[in-house]
Amino acid sequence: MAAATAMTAAPPAARLGRRRSRNRLTWVLCAVALALVVIPVVSIIWGVAGRGLAHFRLSFLTTYPTGNVGGLLNSIEGTLVVTTGVLILAGVVGIAGGMYLAEYAPEGRGGILRGASEVLAGIPSIVLGYVGYIGLVLALNWKYSIYAGIVVLSVLVVPYITKTTEVALRNVPTSYREGGEALGMRSGYLLRKLVLRPALPGVATGLIIAAAIAVGETAPLLLTVGYNEKSPTFSLHNSPVGFLTYNVFNDYNQPSTFLHQRADAAALLLILLVLVLIVVARVVVMMTQRHSPDRPRRVRKTAG
Amino acid sequence: MSTPWRTVAEDAGDDGDEGRGTDEGPLLSLLTKNSPSAEARPEPVEPTRAGARRGGGGGSRAGAGGGASGTGSSHPATAWWRAERLMPHGLRMLTFIPLVALLLILGVLSWKAWPAIRFNGFGFFARTPWSVGNTYAPIVTTHGVRHPPLASYGALPLIIGTLASATIAVVLAVPVAVGTALLVVEKLPPRLSSAVGFCLEVLAGIPSVVFGLWGFFTLGPFLSHHVAPLWADHLPDVPVLRFFRGPTGGGEGLFTVGVVLAIMILPIIAATTRDLLRQVPRATVEGALALGMTDSEALGAVTVPWVRSGVIGASVLGLGRALGETIAVAMVSGSLIGANVHSFYSAFNTIAAAIVNQLDGAQTDASGLAISTLAELGLVLFVVTLVANLGARLLVRRVATTALPVGRGI
Repeated sequence: MAAATAMTAAPPAARLGRRRSRNRLTWVLCAVALALVVIPVVSIIWGVAGRGLAHFRLSFLTTYPTGNVGGLLNSIEGTLVVTTGVLILAGVVGIAGGMYLAEYAPEGRGGILRGASEVLAGIPSIVLGYVGYIGLVLALNWKYSIYAGIVVLSVLVVPYITKTTEVALRNVPTSYREGGEALGMRSGYLLRKLVLRPALPGVATGLIIAAAIAVGETAPLLLTVGYNEKSPTFSLHNSPVGFLTYNVFNDYNQPSTFLHQRADAAALLLILLVLVLIVVARVVVMMTQRHSPDRPRRVRKTAG
Repeated sequence: MSTPWRTVAEDAGDDGDEGRGTDEGPLLSLLTKNSPSAEARPEPVEPTRAGARRGGGGGSRAGAGGGASGTGSSHPATAWWRAERLMPHGLRMLTFIPLVALLLILGVLSWKAWPAIRFNGFGFFARTPWSVGNTYAPIVTTHGVRHPPLASYGALPLIIGTLASATIAVVLAVPVAVGTALLVVEKLPPRLSSAVGFCLEVLAGIPSVVFGLWGFFTLGPFLSHHVAPLWADHLPDVPVLRFFRGPTGGGEGLFTVGVVLAIMILPIIAATTRDLLRQVPRATVEGALALGMTDSEALGAVTVPWVRSGVIGASVLGLGRALGETIAVAMVSGSLIGANVHSFYSAFNTIAAAIVNQLDGAQTDASGLAISTLAELGLVLFVVTLVANLGARLLVRRVATTALPVGRGI
């Protein structure tokens, strides 16, 4: 090693000095890396919030757009409706999947299903969106439809919910199940009443993450729900919906100051929504850990 | 993270299936408590399943378990009992949905892409021009595929653009992410490292459209006016470095996209590396320190080798995400189509962004070939990201210290 040759070549004092300065250099570089993580976060939130707040109008929240004027109410409603739909559809499928994988799945099949779920999570959202477009919008002739968007986004977030549910269930202590079985509970009753309850915060975290992703996605929605200036309608065929990310993506580059301001306001709303969801998820996790027997303990480290 | 409750159950010897159990005692399994995730070390599931069968089969026991309710045929509890016996089957059916979805995605894409694959041939990957053709002229047929005259598609610039931007992103993101993770685990007090964790979560959660907006208005101009000129004006005019010379543009281009993508994949790599570093056995590191090593030497000798393949796996996962990122790229890439990227700062396009950019134009093609070609692009992207993801997961599974996060890794 280079260090070893250096040790034999130089006198002890100089060697120690060099090693000390190299040590210091390593940590300084790490500190620079940390700064490179923190600065963009601050810059993004500061920049977007600043631009959004500078020209924020209350009418953005309360009026529907008509042409190049008006607010974002259609998009706010659309985003909330689509996210709710995704939580219902993906929630049922994802939680069921997590329960099956944690409680019932035999080893081999569990591995295949888990693998499929992970691979699905790795597929770019644009590919899912395009499949939704050619499959649901064109081939099934749904046209731009709120349900196409909900289906595509659900496929996108199901892996997250499955994963968090499975992990949460696996974290429930064995003794709960053994106690339940010793009392002669049926497996389904035991799962519902004893095992699922302590796992609920974990499941909730998964749902919150799913909501954050559904709120922030653009590409799949662009291809499946189109855009609409009115409130969402719920018919299967030809029911385009507005959504907040569309306002940012479509208007940031338009030749109109008003549209720029509205795009900034939409971005501000998006960031606020996501921040709220992340904070709620954190609080839920904290509440879980307070009652959990295996909460991470702080290890006091020896001074290096 | 999984607790070893199944292992503990087995140690209690209740189903006595010695062969399938792990041979570590309860203490060791406690030590590794946070380490193996579900897929890193699939744990035996025998106790619960056996219990489920017993519970389902033994009528009287199950009835007693339901509490005071009897098992009379007219009682509502009976319906519940029946439903609960079916529950595993219902859950199993729902669990197969991701697998079915995966196959459906592949099937639909291939079905739609087939005419384009026949029309474009292998030259698709070697050609540069991109033209829908004359959509006002009558549709003609070549090789049995209907298309507008003069239609010609080449994906070479898109493939190059996708690979180049994702490579830049990974090269920039990995050192920063690893440095951050090292600092967080080794030096920062818990409160601060929790704050950094919050930053990473926010970074992972910010919608990509907001990254695009920020890249377009803030980062792009900053990079092209203040950062890139630092070297772009001074590099010599020699073959490789020539690519990094020249006018740095207005902020839309390869360099800006690379940096934006790097910031977007930071959280996956940093959070995974952090979790891996927390599992490095403390005693070994302290042993290295006791031998007189400095902190950084102990890092090089113990910590980094311990986490290396996990970090590589996480980086490949990040690469997969950078390859597939759409909206942020579409907003800051400059959306050049039909020409190759000629400088580090020039406009370009990626496969994912091209699908969004070109959709409006494709809808004007009555023969459907343009839609079909975009499906072919999607298929290419699907295969590339699939290979990246599977590679990353196999790599990490081999060392089996921790599992990779799913997707964005929030």
